[in-house]
Amino acid sequence: MDGAYEGKLPRPTPETLPFWQGAKAGKLMLPWCEDCGQPHFYPRAICPHCLSDRLDWRQASGRGKLHTYVINHRAAKGFTAPYVIAVVELAEGPRMLSNVVTEGEPTPDMLTIDMDLEVTFDPVTDDITLPRFRPAP
Amino acid sequence: MTGKLSRTCAIVGAAETDTIGKLPGMSRLAIHAQAAKNALADAGLSLQDVDGLFCAPAGPNELSEYLNIVPRYVDGTSVGGCSYMIFVRHAVAAIAAGYCDVALIVHGESGRSGIDMPGLDGPASPNGQFEQPFGTRGAPTTYSLPVLRHFHEYGTTKRQMSHVPAATREWAVLNPRAMMHDKGPITPEDVEASPLVCYPFNLLDCCLVADGGGALVITSAERARDMRQKPIHVLGTGEATAHRQVSMMRDFTTSDSTVLSGKAAFAEAGLDHADIDHLMLYDAFSFTPMLFLEDLGFVAKGEAGAFVSETRTGPDGKLVYKTGPGGDLPMNTNGGGLSYCHSGRYGMYALIEAVTQLRGDAGARQVEGIETSLVHGPGRQFAAAGTVILANA
Repeated sequence: MDGAYEGKLPRPTPETLPFWQGAKAGKLMLPWCEDCGQPHFYPRAICPHCLSDRLDWRQASGRGKLHTYVINHRAAKGFTAPYVIAVVELAEGPRMLSNVVTEGEPTPDMLTIDMDLEVTFDPVTDDITLPRFRPAP
Repeated sequence: MTGKLSRTCAIVGAAETDTIGKLPGMSRLAIHAQAAKNALADAGLSLQDVDGLFCAPAGPNELSEYLNIVPRYVDGTSVGGCSYMIFVRHAVAAIAAGYCDVALIVHGESGRSGIDMPGLDGPASPNGQFEQPFGTRGAPTTYSLPVLRHFHEYGTTKRQMSHVPAATREWAVLNPRAMMHDKGPITPEDVEASPLVCYPFNLLDCCLVADGGGALVITSAERARDMRQKPIHVLGTGEATAHRQVSMMRDFTTSDSTVLSGKAAFAEAGLDHADIDHLMLYDAFSFTPMLFLEDLGFVAKGEAGAFVSETRTGPDGKLVYKTGPGGDLPMNTNGGGLSYCHSGRYGMYALIEAVTQLRGDAGARQVEGIETSLVHGPGRQFAAAGTVILANA
């Protein structure tokens, strides 16, 4: 698989490593603040709600809603157009950018704002697994 | 009531590079340098008069070296296309504080030819980790993300949005310097028939890709009285930054930084929306100025679609757009990022067009009786914001 994937790859940093390690293990991990009790995304070294550094990594449900999206027709390297770039509102609250994987070429008819989604893990290299989403059954 | 720095400074020089569009023979720094030279000539000043340097994307270190000057005040705020609106604000403050007397604000980009254009976010940055791996590819894939949420919440339509490029093109047709001047007018239907780039954006929803630069010279209102150009007074300014990545917008139907920046500018100027004769709202994409019309308070939240798509038939039988020539609220009168020029950080061109209009030098596209102009832009995707309100009297 390594060498074949041409898309841009993240280079994890100390505060994000548990997220990427989780993805590789098929888990969507979020940092939760042990002081104010809120999760956040993207992962920081301090809670962006209260500045606490007492963070606890917990597995998220993997469920979310399609907050907004685009269908890109000019592919980035490693992608085949058209494909969906979406902002997903996780059931736990934080929003993240990802893709919505559809059966067949995506069209606006298939995608309704606020539709239910669930995470799916795409191991693009030996090291990196990207969490993408698909319509929930 | 006005703010204590309102009208303390004026723009006394404003110019772009000799040409805009394709400059394959000029590097990023060469473009900065020519813009600086042209603006100083416009002001009737020399490089030796400059004691404050404000520049992006070139940093103050590299531009002071390239121009061989030693300014005693420097500012390299680099937050995207509104950096230049923010520089106007910072220049006013620095001049009022006595930190400099003549502020030179410079922009230059080899946005099309790519000669010495530095890369942005690397793979370990938050953007490199949490947006780029999911196939974002340039501004069309990120500036577009808020649009469908706005459609969903407020019933805004693509047809309404398609009026923005059409109205803006009407101005470009009147501006011989506009890159799309010779292409002639377009209709909302033409916008929707152009190739899909990133749904909901077609090609004509997207700004141009160009090389170009521009610069401004600002000094105290007192010194400006005796200078070569009619002074264009700075009445009010605002700035803010709210995030970096589009996915971190707190509300995808509002630019938080725009709301804050706009309020500050109006408060300092002591003006109301009805006092604004002319608007330059950075149009990176068709949707961008629509969000600004709402967030700056020119229309209520959710009403930009209805506003920009209102048309009437003029006396000659021609369609008059709300923001086009002859319309109620002239906007982006150089032809905008959509049809004039867009080198990556368009804010400087918006400021220069406001100055040109307020001087009465805009030729066939001149807005008659203009006294005030509001210039507003975003930095990155609705992340930062800068607002400047100018007047010619």
